[in-house]
Amino acid sequence: MLERIGAPSEEALWEAIPEQFRVPGPLPLPGPLAEYEVTRRFERWAAMNADSSRYACFLGAGIYDHFIPAALRALISRSEFATAYTPYQPEVSQGTLQTIFEYQSMIRELTGMEVANASMYDGATATSEAAHLAAGATGRKRVLVSAGLNPHYREVLRTYSAAGGFDLEEIPLSEGRTAAARVARAAGEGTAALLWAQPNFEGIVEDGAALTDAAHAVKAYSVAVADPIGLALLRPPGEDGADVVVGEGQPLGVPMSYGGPLVGFFAIRKADVRRLPGRLVGVTVDLDGKRGYVLTLQTREQHIRRERATSNICTNQGLMALANTIHLALLGAAGMRDVATQCLERAHYLAERLAEIPGVLLVNGNAPFFREFVVRLPGSAEVFVRAALERRILAGVPLSRFDRSRPHDLLVAVTETRSREELDRYADALAHWAKSRTDSATEAACRS
Amino acid sequence: MSELTLREASVPGHRGPRLQPLDVPARGAERLLPSSRLRSAVAALPEISEPSAVRHFVNLSILNHHIDKAIYPLGSCTMKYNPKLNDELARIAGFAGIHPFQPEETVQGAMALIGELHEWLKTIMGMPAITTQPVAGAQCELTAILMARAYHTGRGDAREEVIVPDSAHGTNPSTVHQVGYRVVTVPSGTDGCVDMSALKAAITKKTAAMMLTNPNTLGIFEPNVGRMADWIHEAGALLYLDGANLNAMVGLASPGAMGFDFAHINLHKTFSTPHGGGGPGGGVLCVRQDLEPYLPFPTLEREGEGYRWDYDRPRSIGRVHSHFGNFGILVRALSYMRSLGGTGIAELSREAILNANYLKARLIEAYAPSHAGYCMHEFVLSASRQKARGVRALDVAKRLLDYGVHAPTTYFPLIVDEALMIEPSETETKASLDSFADALLAIDRETVEDPDRVKSAPTRTPVRRLDEARAARRLELTWQDLEGSGGGR
Repeated sequence: MLERIGAPSEEALWEAIPEQFRVPGPLPLPGPLAEYEVTRRFERWAAMNADSSRYACFLGAGIYDHFIPAALRALISRSEFATAYTPYQPEVSQGTLQTIFEYQSMIRELTGMEVANASMYDGATATSEAAHLAAGATGRKRVLVSAGLNPHYREVLRTYSAAGGFDLEEIPLSEGRTAAARVARAAGEGTAALLWAQPNFEGIVEDGAALTDAAHAVKAYSVAVADPIGLALLRPPGEDGADVVVGEGQPLGVPMSYGGPLVGFFAIRKADVRRLPGRLVGVTVDLDGKRGYVLTLQTREQHIRRERATSNICTNQGLMALANTIHLALLGAAGMRDVATQCLERAHYLAERLAEIPGVLLVNGNAPFFREFVVRLPGSAEVFVRAALERRILAGVPLSRFDRSRPHDLLVAVTETRSREELDRYADALAHWAKSRTDSATEAACRS
Repeated sequence: MSELTLREASVPGHRGPRLQPLDVPARGAERLLPSSRLRSAVAALPEISEPSAVRHFVNLSILNHHIDKAIYPLGSCTMKYNPKLNDELARIAGFAGIHPFQPEETVQGAMALIGELHEWLKTIMGMPAITTQPVAGAQCELTAILMARAYHTGRGDAREEVIVPDSAHGTNPSTVHQVGYRVVTVPSGTDGCVDMSALKAAITKKTAAMMLTNPNTLGIFEPNVGRMADWIHEAGALLYLDGANLNAMVGLASPGAMGFDFAHINLHKTFSTPHGGGGPGGGVLCVRQDLEPYLPFPTLEREGEGYRWDYDRPRSIGRVHSHFGNFGILVRALSYMRSLGGTGIAELSREAILNANYLKARLIEAYAPSHAGYCMHEFVLSASRQKARGVRALDVAKRLLDYGVHAPTTYFPLIVDEALMIEPSETETKASLDSFADALLAIDRETVEDPDRVKSAPTRTPVRRLDEARAARRLELTWQDLEGSGGGR
């Protein structure tokens, strides 16, 4: 090859790199490993983690342990999907393009909106891009954020708001819910949007229509951050009148994988299509009149419009959006409804069992919840979470993580995959722990 | 006839895998939730059996070109082979089945893996601090420019501009604008590199940072990178390496030694994680030591024998992802790196450069190179000679598809007329490079003998040229839009 190039040596090819920038000698890194040695190392690490194949997982807060069909894993592993790239040449990318089109269609159906893009990085960045869109569309900067939004999403919003496109103001929850009256008091002429979650971070189903009306009363955008499993059962924000619906697609066939890769969905009204961030697929025909698919409205995007693009996003989460597409196809209309209904039923069964335990309280009382709820324990939620590990239970997310004034509150998620045996084991573990807390408290009281 | 959509393929009552029947007392959604909060009708999702769904997706998949089939020489995209081991390891339950909110003592294996990846990447880059929270190159850019802003603001020094060469990827100016800075474009000289006198004039006390792709998008190593770093630093500004072309430098040159204050890595390019039809990517941002306090939180810290996440980061720009970035991609990247080891990693760029130069040497007999001389891992040709025969770069690209290979990146960088930007990567064999070169040379002959054949290509692909204007005009973006519109079949 060197001869054909006409180079005296390989080194001659990179002589353009000045000597002082070269790596002197070999990299100070270990040598190569055979496949089975790499596997051995990685399996050792994997065994150090408490995973959902060995522990009953009741953690949620945006990431859930849902059923993933075997057929889905087989399909997304196919080279044809996994090792292709962005469909720059549509004639040899119709597989990727049609699946994105089907994804857009199903996100539209679930959200009740008119247009969905080809996906975003995750729910948090989709939410930030939605705030950006609303600020641009309304020409206003103040974004009201319900405290019912995932705290991590609010943190990412703060990061993105530092870029200067919008300012944030938080609306506290009232008994677990976002109160439309509070929104109405906070909203004004400078309000670009209200961001609310369905269901919210504490699992409560919000009154989307009332919140949307409060936003629309000042001509602000109503932006819903929705859970895609909930959308199979709950009234879609699109029917509530929302202007943008975004969310995290992980529950639709994507493993938890320590929180990534995730995938955000992004749906809007057709009137805003030219403000949409990210890629978009449309239908067309080829020279023979045969149906085909292409990336469309690319003039919104950074590779054409550069500094005037709607967003800097380039690569998105294609394979995860494909997982969503396959999941929605395999589960289908009836299956998705079953998943959502089972989450609802199982969560309520566990909540009722836990509420029967002396000293344990459902924090948000009778507020309607979907697959997640907050319990107040007779002691530190973090301590209980560690105690439950002995019973092979990942018991939930202690809310002290986000709010130090709530050391006893635990966020518990129940998916369709949690069996009755696991639910009962959870209730027993908590009853046992709560009793030991009460007993030791009594002892301490007697001693003093 | 094209593949039906899932909607068209649906049969009422058909369904895929079922759930275990409910084994707790059923209370009914209508009793558990207010009726005003429930869907009035079941979402109109597909109704299809598992075998039919699998056929649907398999039949769609085979319409794709992919790296496991043949060369995929998109410039600046680094389409190299993705070893299968990496995917297998990412699917282990101990990685795929862990939740980001688990107590840290239950995920020490995952944290140790990330810790080792950080050490390897810092060594390769010659830089002291790192985050793997961003999930794509563009998000690394956003993270870094936000950090630059926090850095300057923290010094009471409000800056206003970021310098971007005209050969840069579109994400650079787009990011700068998104962060609220003004883009100052500097031109490339006739040698394809940053015009140093124009750069000198562009650097002022308003300059917050400069973003540089090195080697640049023409595949040329910027010979003045050292001087650029000096000038930028003298002005109190920061230098950012867009690592899209890192595949030319791994184990060969050190971004730290060149004076970069920020450097990003696309794990899906350089470190071989699958491109997934457009993501998920993996973003890595390396920074110099005094910028470390501004990194997104949490940062990974060693503690005794184990690791912890540090959230107490008062100067951090904040969080840029829901959790810790694309962990599954980090697993794959480290698996790739451990397999190659230090010696293999040091070889990959050398082989990539050799492959690119060989391909360039074979092609310049028919296609005009943007610049003479050796290239790094990629090069740009112009279809200007072919254009004189009435055939454009687009036509050449489409005709390549008929030869069963993927086309290069076309019409980028913008500074080359009729650009064909070619990056073969190190995993192509000489035979594969030769067959790609043979195809491009044959197409050149066709532009003389039968130009219409090139202009009407492709004809052997699942569909022929598609009417993009029609797609943009009609905006049929979903099944729902298609219904009743009489869209072609």
